[in-house]
Amino acid sequence: MTDEGTPLLELDGVGHRFGAVLALDDVSLTVRAGTTLGVVGESGSGKSTLARVIVGLERPREGVVRLRGQTYPHSARGLRPIRRRIAMIFQDPYDSLDPRFPLRRIIDEPLRAQGLPRHDDRLAELLRSVGMDGAPLDSYPAEYSGGERQRIGIARALASEPELLVCDEPTSALDVSVQAQILNLLLELQRVKGLAYVFVSHDLDVVRRMSDELAVMQAGRIVERGPTAAVCAAPSHAYTRTLMGAAPATHPSLRAGRPPAAVQPSSLSRT
Amino acid sequence: MSADLVISGLRVGYGDRTVIHDASLVVPAGRTLVLVGESGSGKSTLALAAARLLPPTARVDGAIRLGDVDVTGLTGRALRQARGRLIAYVPQDAMAALNPLHTAGHQIAEVLELAGATRRAAAVGARELLAQVGMPDPEPVARQYPHQLSGGMRQRVMIAIALAAEPEVLIADEPTTALDVTVQAGILALARDLQVRRQTTLVWITHDFGVVAELADAVAVMYGGRIVEHAPVTELFDRPVHPYTRGLIATTRDTREGAPRTPFHAIAGSPPRGAAPPGCPFHPRCGVAMPQCAVELPLPEGVAPGHVAACHRIGAAA
Repeated sequence: MTDEGTPLLELDGVGHRFGAVLALDDVSLTVRAGTTLGVVGESGSGKSTLARVIVGLERPREGVVRLRGQTYPHSARGLRPIRRRIAMIFQDPYDSLDPRFPLRRIIDEPLRAQGLPRHDDRLAELLRSVGMDGAPLDSYPAEYSGGERQRIGIARALASEPELLVCDEPTSALDVSVQAQILNLLLELQRVKGLAYVFVSHDLDVVRRMSDELAVMQAGRIVERGPTAAVCAAPSHAYTRTLMGAAPATHPSLRAGRPPAAVQPSSLSRT
Repeated sequence: MSADLVISGLRVGYGDRTVIHDASLVVPAGRTLVLVGESGSGKSTLALAAARLLPPTARVDGAIRLGDVDVTGLTGRALRQARGRLIAYVPQDAMAALNPLHTAGHQIAEVLELAGATRRAAAVGARELLAQVGMPDPEPVARQYPHQLSGGMRQRVMIAIALAAEPEVLIADEPTTALDVTVQAGILALARDLQVRRQTTLVWITHDFGVVAELADAVAVMYGGRIVEHAPVTELFDRPVHPYTRGLIATTRDTREGAPRTPFHAIAGSPPRGAAPPGCPFHPRCGVAMPQCAVELPLPEGVAPGHVAACHRIGAAA
């Protein structure tokens, strides 16, 4: 399963449009088993459409998508075996978990869709694997924080034992102090289970930390692609350099504007 | 113009729930305070209290003063005149705040007309303001409706509306959170322009320490409805004291500089939802908590000139 190097996912000349809007334009890429492809882009770049094409939620107008060499079939029924091997983690854990259902019903959804057995032991094991040990299967999403809900969403994604997880902005809706926990969980799951990720985000820093290969998207096209370290060390496309330059400083001495003005100590000391 | 904003002992509650406990801050005239916090930290409530935009159900104690003006004591006509002119508020979601039925130019001009300008002068003034917030060609923008503008342009229009009343203090509540990084960079440049050219007193709210590094003169970090650390910006980055601040700064730096595929510096747990726990609000997530932290609230104390923090570890053996 973790034979690194063989292409797990291939997109070849994929194009897609919504009405007059060209959402994906001649997109080609490969993801090797057990590795992470980071996709970075801004709003409207087509990165979310790309994610939806990969999981089979959107059928592209042009080009082919292959999983382990097998071209995605056209029928929804034909896609079912592929859906089992690719799962998705969504951006907003408040939107993506149905508040009317208990965790049992949420997490077993992929198993239900695939007609696979659904035992409580297995569901509890899934919750344990995402650090939610002891969360009752009959509890509801409302009882959990944003970070916990995202963990529940990851447990659901893992239920059908996929080889590839498509993560669409998986931490953007979370508090900053919680984001790193979820990213660490994804790294750990990858290490333990040999998962491959397509990691989609607007945040170049996070994508750089998470991925082996990097694809930079702008206006539906991949404008730059390559090993993450190489792209970040020597970005060849102007847009990649723009993205890198737009990130805010990590220390006030590195800021672009005026240096910090003195604030009289006396005005701060009273509390 | 230019008076210090002084908040002392501010407490805000709804029903029997307290959202902000005893917050005290000073923003010297012409300086920028960045208020950092996560969901439920109380940072937006503090900003809304200063802008006098809290709903009537809110219970507000303590004092907010702008120079000689008692902001919390304003009522009726004085309050209406002060709103926007003393302290203006720019919300995160410009799309929700703008009126979809009026053009951008109209919405800016409206403020100028309320201040006494003629219709013609207000229309000219609106275009000048659009130019000032970074629209080199204001005429077409002035004629457009909010839905025709991009997110970054809408946020610039909101800032132009706020500036139209020539406020002494501009409070911006996460104005770049929903924007792309390249667009955020433009709004941060605009904020710098306000700092340098207009000498606007700014209170900028964010959860992003990158934005703190770019804009702040001083920083207040909020957690669980309290200000847990307050310091000049370079001091805060170089010598953070509160474990929460230290964790956030370490995470920010590590995300930028850490090696690929290595674990991120993380803080355990989640911010409190609802009431903060007894003792120090951060103690359930704190890696260096002591038994005392669960029962006794740490009070702010000075650790360096201008630098206060509320942590029992200060002065205790490490």
